[in-house]
Amino acid sequence: MSVATDTRSSKDAPSATSGQLATFRLDGDLYGVEVEHVQEVLKSQGLTRVPLAPPAVAGLINLRGQVVTAIELRERLGRPPRPEGTDAVVIVVRLHGEAVSLLVDSIADVVDVDAKDFEAPPDTLDGQARELIRGAYKLDGKLLLALDVQKAVGA
Amino acid sequence: MDGLDDIVEEFLVESHENLDQLDTDLVALEQEPNSRERLSSIFRTIHTIKGTSGFLAFNRLEEITHVGENMLSRLRDGELALTPARTSVLLQMVDTVRALLTSIEASGGEGSVNVSAIVAAITAAMEDGPAAAVPASAPPATAAKKAPAKAPAKAAAKAPVKAPAKKAPAKTAAKAQGKTAAAKAPAKAAAKAPAKPARTAAKKAPAAPPVIPAPRPAAEAPVEEVDEVLAAPVDELAAETATPQEAPATDPGEHHEPEGAGATTDGQQRRAVADSTIRVDVDLLDSLMLLVGELVLTRNQIVQNVARQTDTDLIRASQRLNLIASELQEGVMKTRMQPIDHIWSKLPRVVRDLGLQCGKSVRLEMEGRETELDKTLLEAVKDPLTHLVRNSVDHGIEAPEARRAAGKPAEGVLFLRAKHESGQVVVEVADDGAGIDPAKIGAKAVERGVITQEALRRMSPQDILQLIFLPGFSTAAAVTNVSGRGVGMDVVKTNIESIGGTIEVESQPGEGTTCRLRIPLTLAIVPALTVECAGDRYAIPQISLQELVALDAEKAATAVEEVGGAPVYRLRGDLLPLVRLTEVLGLTSERDDGHVVIAVLRSEGRRFGLVVDRVINTEEIVVKAVGGQLKSIGLYSGATVLGDGTVALILDVQALARRALRTETTDRHETREAAATAAATETERQRMLLAAIGEGRRVAIPLDTVTRLEQVRRESVEKVGNREVVQYRGAILPIVRLDRHLGAYGQAEREVLEVIVYSDHGRSVAIVVEEILDIVDGEAAVRSDIDDMGLLGSAVLGDKVTELLDVRAAILAADPAFYDSPALGSTEPALPTPSGVPDSLLEV
Repeated sequence: MSVATDTRSSKDAPSATSGQLATFRLDGDLYGVEVEHVQEVLKSQGLTRVPLAPPAVAGLINLRGQVVTAIELRERLGRPPRPEGTDAVVIVVRLHGEAVSLLVDSIADVVDVDAKDFEAPPDTLDGQARELIRGAYKLDGKLLLALDVQKAVGA
Repeated sequence: MDGLDDIVEEFLVESHENLDQLDTDLVALEQEPNSRERLSSIFRTIHTIKGTSGFLAFNRLEEITHVGENMLSRLRDGELALTPARTSVLLQMVDTVRALLTSIEASGGEGSVNVSAIVAAITAAMEDGPAAAVPASAPPATAAKKAPAKAPAKAAAKAPVKAPAKKAPAKTAAKAQGKTAAAKAPAKAAAKAPAKPARTAAKKAPAAPPVIPAPRPAAEAPVEEVDEVLAAPVDELAAETATPQEAPATDPGEHHEPEGAGATTDGQQRRAVADSTIRVDVDLLDSLMLLVGELVLTRNQIVQNVARQTDTDLIRASQRLNLIASELQEGVMKTRMQPIDHIWSKLPRVVRDLGLQCGKSVRLEMEGRETELDKTLLEAVKDPLTHLVRNSVDHGIEAPEARRAAGKPAEGVLFLRAKHESGQVVVEVADDGAGIDPAKIGAKAVERGVITQEALRRMSPQDILQLIFLPGFSTAAAVTNVSGRGVGMDVVKTNIESIGGTIEVESQPGEGTTCRLRIPLTLAIVPALTVECAGDRYAIPQISLQELVALDAEKAATAVEEVGGAPVYRLRGDLLPLVRLTEVLGLTSERDDGHVVIAVLRSEGRRFGLVVDRVINTEEIVVKAVGGQLKSIGLYSGATVLGDGTVALILDVQALARRALRTETTDRHETREAAATAAATETERQRMLLAAIGEGRRVAIPLDTVTRLEQVRRESVEKVGNREVVQYRGAILPIVRLDRHLGAYGQAEREVLEVIVYSDHGRSVAIVVEEILDIVDGEAAVRSDIDDMGLLGSAVLGDKVTELLDVRAAILAADPAFYDSPALGSTEPALPTPSGVPDSLLEV
């Protein structure tokens, strides 16, 4: 799962791109991030909370001796908190050489996407999530929401 | 061309190092103009560069070094006196050489650096020397200009004929010396150059003969010296005609002899160093350091896991892993340590140039230049330190007239001091200049709106001085003129704080200013106190920690008072403002038993108590950067991974203080200072007996209360009522067992009891401890008031927290009547202290 560091900036991201997305589930929806950004995926980790941090900062995790900030993606996307008793899955992404982790419900496949299936987010999408979702890929029977990683970790 | 590139690269690295040395030497030379040793060292450096540059065909470099070398050889031979003007010219030459080297480094060529001006300047500087030198120097000057490139070549051209005389010593010497840089370059230059300038050499052939005798007596001298002689002809060619007394070629030969010997030993030393060290890319060290950090953490996990296993082989292997990992960590850290001299060595030049520029005479004194710290930190301190030094020369030290008027010596002194102090490096930049007037700073601060008049009134002079570090004070010329300080001091402070250090300034108007930097030894690993607050652990760097105070519920209820709603604690009589970490962090404390644990912290000259739930440990932590989202909170300086793998945030004490504290009042500050002095003198005097009482606890007993140390067999302990006594020298001594008295329950009864006998006013008691450990000075001890039954508090003695025994309470536990006057004695029936006993016990 670990992939070399990516230096591509998010400026060209909003346009439709073909390629591979690592997908995950969050509150019933399917999301995807560019596979190049993903360093690794981990089981739930012990979190150290950070008082006074923005609400989306779930805490710090110990990634083999490296301290990595964990962003609660549910909070970030304005979704309800994860139900009690379910563990989050940690996706470690690497941006500009810095590792940041995203807490999601569960991890899914790596999906090949085609630019022709891409569509900008619907106008009805509300403010907070709209910022972070580049658009949707129309897959068979479901929508894959493309997450703008840069913005998502910019909590 | 690869081979050549390597040579050029080596030449560049070597030359840059040599030039740094040269700066230092030249400035030092000004202090002791007659030091032949230094002159020779400078001469050798320039000579080496010249030789190599000739070989590598850097003509301008060769030209300029050659002229410089001429001047140096004359200075060394005493023909010229070293004047400030000449030093300046030489320093300029060094700069030009550096510029040339930089150009070579960047483009592979000498670029557009112009050397003719400086060549002319050096020539001119040679001319305005002592009268005798005037007629002599004009011709050499022109000769010097034209001949430089040919000097070694010419020598080489002669070589075919004179080879036995000249080359042989050169070669054997070179062999004997090994490949010292100094020897190698000239030898090559001489060897490779021969063909080209044969005709020029031929033209000047008549001048050669007088030179030949010179090498012969110096045959056992190293090659370098031979080359010096080779260089000499250029001067001598022309000089011969003008000043005959200069001509005798034996003269230089004799002169050089001792230096030749000096060069040999020097060369050998250099080789020893060169052979035993290698250059390593700092990036490589950085990544090694990271890996070792991870190794240590993995080691911790393995050791923790293995502790639960029963396989002895596995346990042994893990112990070995443990040990090796620690040693490896230490070793890697050491590779990154460098003496502070690396950055100091540039400062004499800075001070000299700036001094001249400002028309001030400044002497630089350095102390502790061998003090080592991490390379990264060294780099980080370089600029702030240079800034402080410039500030001191520019604004701190007065002009000579002003100094004389103030009754000080005309020459100002700038002190640089570095030392290790409790796991930190303390660097001081001190001057004996005009000092800073708090009143002026304060007035300016109010004027600039940095603080209010109201706030200023409440500040102590010491606090006012720290205002120069506020951003509002920088870049404003008007402030600089009045205050004398302040340009970019906020930048200095920011830089120092960014590496986990602190800075403070002290000043006595009229007497001088001291800036004190406290820098952690290494960035990567910091000693810290781990505390718990609302169930989470936090690390507090030891650099800001002064002491710990623990209050039990009963005491806390009365000891923590309020001043207008703000909680304070009376710490040895002074009010210590308290900051509750839970409140700062917006959490709820999990401690509900009423106990209060206070970490006394110091930030920017102010003290405050941070109330935490409990103190966990002191440990060395590996500092990890936190992401941008957390930096902006401004309360954490980083995070670390603790031994058990959990992440702990590192509190930024400065930020915490700024967030939570208002300025303290002046008078409180003053009383506090006075109390601190008093406390210091009190602790200084005491010598302590250290004793173990079981459970790893250590107790300190003031030595002046100890009369004698004894060993008592267990069976000799008898019972009187419910008390234990022992017969001792014909008397009966009541016993207090310190472990029971202090609630520590050590091992089972021992055969032999260690006893401390205390006598006063004819009465004695025996204090039983587990083991007598040591006698230490209570000096420099960190004291705290962690109070418990029978204790006065605790202190750090010999790196360990030690409890201070309340001797009086301990004795009263054994003999409640002890302090009653002997006349009133034996009121306690259970204590058999017949009137006859005291006398005999007096001898104890």
